[in-house]
Amino acid sequence: MSLINIFIVGFLTENIVLTKFLGLCSFLGTSNKRKNSFFMGTSVVFVTVISSIFSYLIYKYILVPFDATYLRTLMFILIIACLVKLVELFIKKVNSTLYENLGIYLPLITTNCAVLGTVLVGINSNYNLIEILVYSFASSLGYLVVIYTLSTIRERLDNGAIPKSFKDYPIALIVATIMAILFSRFG
Amino acid sequence: MKKIWNGITKENAIFVLLLGLCPALAVTTTFEKSYVMGLCVLVVLLGSNFIISLIKKIVPDLVKIPVFILIIGTFVTAIEIVLKNELPGLYDVLSIYLPLITVNCIIFGRALEVASKESVKNSILDAIGTGLGFTMALMIIGLVRELFGNNSITILSNDGLAKIFGQNLVIENVLPAFTPINIMVKPAGAFLALALLLAFINFMKSRRKKNVSN
Repeated sequence: MSLINIFIVGFLTENIVLTKFLGLCSFLGTSNKRKNSFFMGTSVVFVTVISSIFSYLIYKYILVPFDATYLRTLMFILIIACLVKLVELFIKKVNSTLYENLGIYLPLITTNCAVLGTVLVGINSNYNLIEILVYSFASSLGYLVVIYTLSTIRERLDNGAIPKSFKDYPIALIVATIMAILFSRFG
Repeated sequence: MKKIWNGITKENAIFVLLLGLCPALAVTTTFEKSYVMGLCVLVVLLGSNFIISLIKKIVPDLVKIPVFILIIGTFVTAIEIVLKNELPGLYDVLSIYLPLITVNCIIFGRALEVASKESVKNSILDAIGTGLGFTMALMIIGLVRELFGNNSITILSNDGLAKIFGQNLVIENVLPAFTPINIMVKPAGAFLALALLLAFINFMKSRRKKNVSN
């Protein structure tokens, strides 16, 4: 499969939020504001790409030779947790204003299913290092775009005339339904 | 008893707290997959709540989150190995959503909010309540999606639990003369089913409130 193909699959046709339902908890639970979801999305892109590379290297050169692939879930989550902590410390040291903006979202990324999900899909699809790099970037970019778009629409909907029973979560899910139908057309 | 009932109704993970949605939407295309996923989460939740409430006093705050995640991950890995050997068909179907139980917000939330604060007995009761509530919510979503999307109810399928019980049990053509709405078993249908169920619950709640105030 060519790299462009992998990019399009990760970004559009198999969008991580709309076809695999990952990263929804963070969207519905915490980030219903546009600014929040943008910061959350960019930090997810960052963490996903780096942790995919590390996970791939550890999977290929440690777990597979020692026949311990059943440990992959534990290993990957450990990598992600450590990386998030490192990124947090690094940003704190380098840029304190950025840290203030991102700070509260960083711990949440560890338990964001989009990160672990992307890593697992990448490993399951037997991609090589370059392909996994492209896939994880595309898929997390897909997350950022969808989460940002949905939160923009949600901000508008807050002031709209919506039936009382559909206020808040139901209407957000209806919007997601329509977007999922649109995205399934790309395939 | 009250604690268990609370987890099923007032503090239902899916319908009230909206936590742990990824599996609730992803694997609910058939009834069987839904309750198997629910039971897996129940087992993991029970195990992790028990262990975490036992060791809560010796874990320093700084490493709380990594330690909890590793405990949860260990239980998930155990379930993965069991399912892979006993029910390889179901293992393939659940694919990435099985390891993803590790980062399920509901298990993690319960670990932080209940298991790391309350006694062992309370944590276990809470895990049973929350887990049962989660399983039931998944069963309802799975039932609605399969019924309207495929006009069938799969209770024991051939590559799944039929291996254990010795025979399969699939009810087809539940609603006579009903054309299945294909979209309900597609990804978009998952969002739609949950949205409509939530709206229905909100509607019932506001009606009950009205009745009470009248």
